[in-house]
Amino acid sequence: MTKDNKFDFSRRGLLKASATTGLIASSPAFFMRNAWAEEFVNNPGNASEIKFGFNVPLTGPYAEEGKDELRAFKLAVKHLNGEGDGGMLNTFKPSMLKGNGVLGKKVGFATGDTRTNTDAARSSAKRMIEKEKVLMISGGSSSGVAVAVQSLCQEQGVVFMAGLTHSNDTTGKDKRRYGFRHFFNAYMSGRALGPVLEKAYGNDRNAYHLTSDYTWGWTQEESMKATTEGFGWNTTAAVRTPVGAGDFSQYITPVLESGADVLVLNHYGGDMVNSLTQAVQFGLRDKQVNGKNFEIVVPLFSRLMATGAGDAVKGIYGTTNWNWKLQDDASLAFVKSFGAEYGAPPSMAAHTCYVQTLLYANACEMAGTFYPPEVIKSLEGFKFNGMGNGATEYRAEDHQCFKDVLVVQGNENPSNQFDLLNVVETTPRSQVEYDPKIFGGELGPYKV
Amino acid sequence: MSNMNVGKMNDLTRFLIFAVAILTMPIWMDPFGGNYPDLLQKFAIYGIFAIGFNILFGLTGYLSFGHAAFLGVGSYAAIWSFKLFTMNVIPALFFSVLFAGVLAFIIGQLSLRRTGIYFSILTLAFAQMFYSLAYSVLTPITNGETGLQLAHSDPRMIDSLFFEAGAGLPSTTLFGLKMSGYSGFYFCAVLLIVGFFVSMRIFRSPFGLMLKGIKSNQNRMMYTGLNTKPYMLTAFVISGMYAGLAGSLLAITDPIAGAERMQWTASGEVVLMTILGGVGTLAGPVIGAGLIKYFENIFSAFNDTVLAEIFSFLPEAMVDYAVTIAGLFVGSGWHLTLGLLFVVVVIFLPGGIVEGAGKLVKLVSKREKSTGGSVTQQDQPGE
Amino acid sequence: MDAIFLQILNGLDKGAAYALIALGLTLVFGTLGIVNFAHGALFMLGAFCAVTFNKLLLISNKVLDPTVTMFKAYKETPYLEIWFPDIGPTLIDYSVPLSMLLAIPVMLLIGFILERGLIKHFYNRPHAEQILVTFGLAIVMQELIKAIFGANPVPLSAPDVVAGTAAVGDWFGLGENVVYPWWRLIYLSFSGLIIFAVFAFLQFTTYGMVVRAGMRDRETVGLLGINIQKRFTIVFALATMIAGLAGVMYTPILPPDYHMGMNFLVLSFVVVVVGGMGSLGGAVFAGFLLGMVQSFASMTEVKEILPGIDQVIIYLVAVVVLLVLPRGLMGRAGIMDE
Repeated sequence: MTKDNKFDFSRRGLLKASATTGLIASSPAFFMRNAWAEEFVNNPGNASEIKFGFNVPLTGPYAEEGKDELRAFKLAVKHLNGEGDGGMLNTFKPSMLKGNGVLGKKVGFATGDTRTNTDAARSSAKRMIEKEKVLMISGGSSSGVAVAVQSLCQEQGVVFMAGLTHSNDTTGKDKRRYGFRHFFNAYMSGRALGPVLEKAYGNDRNAYHLTSDYTWGWTQEESMKATTEGFGWNTTAAVRTPVGAGDFSQYITPVLESGADVLVLNHYGGDMVNSLTQAVQFGLRDKQVNGKNFEIVVPLFSRLMATGAGDAVKGIYGTTNWNWKLQDDASLAFVKSFGAEYGAPPSMAAHTCYVQTLLYANACEMAGTFYPPEVIKSLEGFKFNGMGNGATEYRAEDHQCFKDVLVVQGNENPSNQFDLLNVVETTPRSQVEYDPKIFGGELGPYKV
Repeated sequence: MSNMNVGKMNDLTRFLIFAVAILTMPIWMDPFGGNYPDLLQKFAIYGIFAIGFNILFGLTGYLSFGHAAFLGVGSYAAIWSFKLFTMNVIPALFFSVLFAGVLAFIIGQLSLRRTGIYFSILTLAFAQMFYSLAYSVLTPITNGETGLQLAHSDPRMIDSLFFEAGAGLPSTTLFGLKMSGYSGFYFCAVLLIVGFFVSMRIFRSPFGLMLKGIKSNQNRMMYTGLNTKPYMLTAFVISGMYAGLAGSLLAITDPIAGAERMQWTASGEVVLMTILGGVGTLAGPVIGAGLIKYFENIFSAFNDTVLAEIFSFLPEAMVDYAVTIAGLFVGSGWHLTLGLLFVVVVIFLPGGIVEGAGKLVKLVSKREKSTGGSVTQQDQPGE
Repeated sequence: MDAIFLQILNGLDKGAAYALIALGLTLVFGTLGIVNFAHGALFMLGAFCAVTFNKLLLISNKVLDPTVTMFKAYKETPYLEIWFPDIGPTLIDYSVPLSMLLAIPVMLLIGFILERGLIKHFYNRPHAEQILVTFGLAIVMQELIKAIFGANPVPLSAPDVVAGTAAVGDWFGLGENVVYPWWRLIYLSFSGLIIFAVFAFLQFTTYGMVVRAGMRDRETVGLLGINIQKRFTIVFALATMIAGLAGVMYTPILPPDYHMGMNFLVLSFVVVVVGGMGSLGGAVFAGFLLGMVQSFASMTEVKEILPGIDQVIIYLVAVVVLLVLPRGLMGRAGIMDE
């Protein structure tokens, strides 16, 4: 029953439904216009414009990140269509993008609100596929949403270029043939952060973990534990905290008593802002334990969210996918272009969304068609440079990008309002690489 | 007696109008930009959810703030049925309604010991516990944050007897008819119409009148020596089963079940849908559900580019201003419009859209009253 | 022992926050008979009064950062610091407590306008419609704040003198690890003060007596020729102000964002109902009770036995209390029973 393709089934369902109600007027353009050898969902055929779907959180706690992602998407579309200064289109190598749209077609876009809720995100994605006829979906600011939309895209046969999603699952146990992630993951954060922590804090430390009680938190905790224990740290305790707890005092006071001298906060977004602010308030950073300064570590740092924690981020180590202060040509070109357009530097969420859009467009050019299986094949194993992260590869086995990871530290003395983080180390790709088999999962078929 | 006849005739017309309106939705939603399968499915599904909620709230006045728990359990049951047994939707529907009903029986037994806001908070507390646990410690059953999904390696014990597994994930079917797209919508629509019919019969039945009697004065009913609890519990369980059915359909049209479906905001949504459309009216909850889902999906999708196109008839200089001002109410500001809608409706259309609109066009006739509203309870003595 | 002492402090602190929010809610419930779903949003508005005040103090002279050429980045120095080098920094440092000067009149005004303009028309409407209108109102307030201040949390700090921790352990002869942030202790005392003031107001003034009488039996009090409408307006404005002040004082603990009210809304309803409808004392007691059990349920020792208990404990306690005691801890018959 899975041998029939989607098109047949939709038509059959429609005909059946029409028969029961006597309605044929409503039938949309499901019937083939062109006799293409490869028919696929939302085939643009001879249309002069194609559409991308940008599915970002416009409401809810991540609305600010969503807004920034949308800015990046608009910029990417502009550059693809040959408007503006071209941004990273000029530094991206090897690239077949010419600034004349994609495969000669002008790029348009549709937007939607994920509300950081899996149901809402899928509804929004379905609207874009069914109504707006988009060829590709991108965006999002949480792993729950990314995994849910990714599997929907697999079912629908539309390519999904994930936005900000950091859980190992996205390209691990929940990976899909139609889903691609440029962003790094929790495992890489742990691997990259390890050596820096060892250098800064020594290898005789007792770490206390506070972890958001859901899949992303667990994977983050696991990889931080594995890395730090690897060079001799002892894990005093790992405590799970409810998502959106607000007040973390009841989890912080036991840290004072535990004899631990490092606190690892496996929190993101609002939880991170609150727990970090409160941990500092409880005097943890002024504390001396076993003759050492007490330290706090935040494995995943986002500049945008870090503003919410104010002075509390100063001196704290974490990792990030990209930072606007990088000095390579590509990053400079991107920041210049983004800054000129919006008067502020792009966030790492914006960066990854911009890059994903360009990568998809380029893959279509390489494949010479929008037919998803071919586009997917040209993305798999694609090696590129000049997108702000140095040499990067889309690994074919799990659709995860492999590249250097940045270790950052909260800036003690910011020279302007955007100057929150300093890049202290660029951990080479070789150190964060892993065997795709360790996380399980399977990609599934090319044709759906 | 003649009154009864009028009521019956009206009910038939009402039912037919409702059925036609639902089935022709792909046509008349088209100009409003709402003609695509997912939104149409959501209209029908949340319509069922709200109709079921209204059986409890509209008839008995008991305001449950935890109905999303039944929705969530229905979804999980359906996905597990797909995973373990078959992709056919009939067993999924059966299990969803069954589990939701059982859960409603248990929660109802406990919560119905209290009335008023104490009852509301009890139901809220139960639902929140389910949500929190599903999101965290029950992850082995619910798959937590990322939601429960189908996997290629699922056993599907019944299907595997008859079919070779394909390369990709199988789809949900009704004996071969795929349950996504427009066929999915018509499936939901038929169930919505059936649900509407059943709800209408309940409203008109002696059982329904009994519930209304309890609503208007529980003490008086008890003085007559009647134990009201079984009636309330039955209404609660039926209402929970409607929610389970809606949850099942969510999973059938889109096979994923997430814990967020059980959060208090989801319970609150159905409360708002029902009140917005009109508590105790037959079609009100469906209209309320449709309106909220429409805002959620269509208003949130407007962006500056779309707005600029809409306002392109204006002189160049004004387009930017128009886009900026309109942008406050759509796109990332769609919540603002929704909030204003609530306030405006409740001020200008007391009793919700159906009742309020009825009053506005001076259609205050007996048939309107007989559909509910607390004013009319005294008119039905002696049942 | 030390750990338990700290959890007691946490419980008191949380309880103070819950009680303070529940207080206003139950006041409005009891007197006006209004189910106010906008109460959480009023708490949020209070917090944003503090944010606004802070931003006003921080209106800055912007100096372009010359190292950044790709967009305009500024190093900001507040005019207050430039013009008044002595007192300016101190003023900014004390912005949170000082912002009460803004919050009190603003919140009273908001309460007044809401009651006169909207709420008063809903006294005799069904609870369902009260829920819809106040929920709609809450969304509108939230979205306006989001449109002005963005969706991200805004950091505000306590004055430097009280930014650190107090060596509470020393005071009670406990270990040196027993420390507690000054600001949280201040919040606790502040909350106690407000609760005490409200009780004193209701107990010892004739005005309060009428309000209490109104809580018992609105119609009769109205029949006595007392202008109950006017008093309702004042009660609503007071409740709004209390929610706002709770919001102001909470900002250094929880960086405020536009939807913080929604997170507190459900919780404050649970607190009020567990306390018992129409009972101020019940609400306060329930606030502290729930704060306390939540703190203790979060201890690792407890979680090892019952995994995930800290996620559900509040609701579990609510269920048990409501099943054992028909009207919560101290509820009276006849209020929101039906």
